[in-house]
Amino acid sequence: MISEATKARFAREVAKYPAEQKQSAVMACLSIVQQEQGYVSEASEAVIAEYLGMPQIAVHEVTTFYNMYNQQPVGKFKLAVCTNLPCLLRDGGKALEHLEQKLGVSMGETTKDGLFTLQQCECLGACADAPVMLVNDRNMCSFMDDDKLDQLVDSLRAVEGKQ
Amino acid sequence: MTTAAQILNQFQATGVETCFHDRHIEPQIYAGLNGSNWSIKDYEARGGYQALRKVLGQDGAEALTQDQVIATVKESGLRGRGGAGFPTGLKWSFMPRQFPGQKHLVCNSDEGEPGTCKDRDILMFNPHIVIEGMIIAAYAMGISVGYNYIHGEIFQVYERFEAALEEARAAGYLGNNILGSSFSFQLHAHHGFGAYICGEETALIESIEGKKGQPRFKPPFPASFGLYGKPTTINNTETFAAVPWIIRNGGPAYLACGKPNNGGTKIFSVSGDVQRPGNYEVPMGTPFAKLLELAGGMRPGRQLKAVIPGGSSSPVLPASIIMECTLDYDSIAKAGSMLGSGAVIVMDDSRCMVESLKRLSYFYMHESCGQCTPCREGTGWLWRLVDRIHRGDGRPQDMEVLDSVATSIMGRTICALGDAAAMPVRAMIKHFRPEFEAFIQKKNPQAVASA
Ligand SMILES: NC(=O)C1=CN([C@@H]2O[C@H](COP(=O)(O)OP(=O)(O)OC[C@H]3O[C@@H](n4cnc5c(N)ncnc54)[C@H](O)[C@@H]3O)[C@@H](O)[C@H]2O)C=CC1
Ligand SMILES: Cc1cc2nc3c(=O)[nH]c(=O)nc-3n(C[C@H](O)[C@H](O)[C@H](O)COP(=O)(O)O)c2cc1C
Ligand code: SF4
Ligand code: FES
Repeated sequence: MISEATKARFAREVAKYPAEQKQSAVMACLSIVQQEQGYVSEASEAVIAEYLGMPQIAVHEVTTFYNMYNQQPVGKFKLAVCTNLPCLLRDGGKALEHLEQKLGVSMGETTKDGLFTLQQCECLGACADAPVMLVNDRNMCSFMDDDKLDQLVDSLRAVEGKQ
Repeated sequence: MTTAAQILNQFQATGVETCFHDRHIEPQIYAGLNGSNWSIKDYEARGGYQALRKVLGQDGAEALTQDQVIATVKESGLRGRGGAGFPTGLKWSFMPRQFPGQKHLVCNSDEGEPGTCKDRDILMFNPHIVIEGMIIAAYAMGISVGYNYIHGEIFQVYERFEAALEEARAAGYLGNNILGSSFSFQLHAHHGFGAYICGEETALIESIEGKKGQPRFKPPFPASFGLYGKPTTINNTETFAAVPWIIRNGGPAYLACGKPNNGGTKIFSVSGDVQRPGNYEVPMGTPFAKLLELAGGMRPGRQLKAVIPGGSSSPVLPASIIMECTLDYDSIAKAGSMLGSGAVIVMDDSRCMVESLKRLSYFYMHESCGQCTPCREGTGWLWRLVDRIHRGDGRPQDMEVLDSVATSIMGRTICALGDAAAMPVRAMIKHFRPEFEAFIQKKNPQAVASA
């Protein structure tokens, strides 16, 4: 269910649009739910549909159209590495391979301990920072050579007590 | 105790490599930035919001009329920095100012064209320049509500922009009766969530309306049927960011620092095989060779092979041609490509064009919104063909098929993504055909070597 605190975050988004255009806040509401719950469940879609006064199918269409919504639960840390051409020229592909080896999973998979989901993604809009990786939709990590990738993964494992 | 958030913060870019270096030439938008001076007080200390005061007649002189503002922008020769290069003053004059209902202003910060990363640095390190530019635009067109649509992947930038909006509201630059005048303007931030196509202006409008981002037919252009069906003006982030300088210094001064028909400075995002990738703000018409030098040149022992000069959708140019070009809309167009968003993707002699095209074709297939059959089917077909050639399974007739599939997408789709997928293919075949043929005849040389 959706807490009062979450509803307050929704309300802040809805206030940006004309009263009869509440639907405009759907992307923001979905991303808030994803931040809080890790993914967008059917139940969340139903709550948002009701909150914004739009059909649930219209909410679902949005969830499925945009690449960043998780339609299934993912690991605690979703790592999305850009492998588009400008990044590929600067070891974006190598960064993805390095993580595959380090985490022992293939692109698209989640580690057994549920800590990491590894994905490849399209241009993040940070091409001069390659290799770049977006963690949990909101944290851009730049210049991720193999050493830094190791550091990041090891530190996150440590902080989660899964060394 | 360290938290996950603190750990992740350690890997955040500081902007030193891409933005705070002394290798810009006469910068206007990136001038004087250091990463810690983004806030309103610092912006004002750099002369920020003076253009707005001038427009509203708060610097002692008369207020400018709407027509005067638009005329100044026309005089400046400013052309849209989102890629199409449409004259900004002309676009502003299309807005039906007397329209009785709500009109909208939208900033396109959905920067997702592979190679482009300039708007991110503007918004992160100088957000008020965009806000000021938008307020002036809104004044000129009599618009009272605006949105900035920010690429979902740069969430930290979205948060920065929201913080800047709060500052501007508190200072009386945004909201009702701006600086005591009769002019009111409300501005909000809206974020995307991973869809390249939402950078296309009509898809972006659909997206703000809370729908999937599928482009609309044009015409009608947003100027007559835009957000919520109302007249809307959309410009790129960098376009708005150019406006305060133009108002302060005048149209002719802006034009003078570029080339005829190509006024002002332009930010180029240089990526790929250079020693110092990053953003470089230089006057329009700067020789390409100069930009390459600013970006540190090629890596030792490497030669320039090819450049994609205006983002991944623009046709590739071989070294011999690009080295003769200057960086402006006209010179690059004459050479057979586009200045586009100013994303300069550099490739050296170690690069395989077949592999490069394969990755680009995958991108367009992945990002096609699926509305038009030629684009939906064609982008998939192009990728499968290039992939097959790259794997060493190409057939002799594949070159012709590639060309004909690309040709039959072009001009037959709702939006320009179809063309964007097709143009790179045709340019690659035109300039690097032997490389593709070698893959087809000999099969994949790597596969052969490792067999
Ligand atoms: N910055 C980025 O990340 C990306 C940029 N692009 C660029 O986008 C460009 C294509 O963009 P489009 O919007 O399809 O180009 P377009 O030529 O249709 O329009 C350019 C602008 O002028 C306006 N306009 C043109 N004719 C008009 C008329 N008669 N009346 C009123 N308004 C008019 C349009 O509304 C639009 O704002 C490509 O050249 C490409 O370089 C493409 C992908 C990503
Ligand atoms: C597939 C596609 C993606 C686009 N992406 C962007 C973008 O990310 N940013 C942008 O400013 N313009 C983008 N455009 C161009 C916009 O449709 C529009 O021309 C531009 O925002 C107008 O602003 P300007 O006149 O200031 O350049 C894109 C166009 C297409 C066809
Ligand atoms: S050209 Fe492609 S992306 Fe553009 S509307 Fe048609 S299917 Fe969608
Ligand atoms: S290509 Fe990777 S961030 Fe742009």
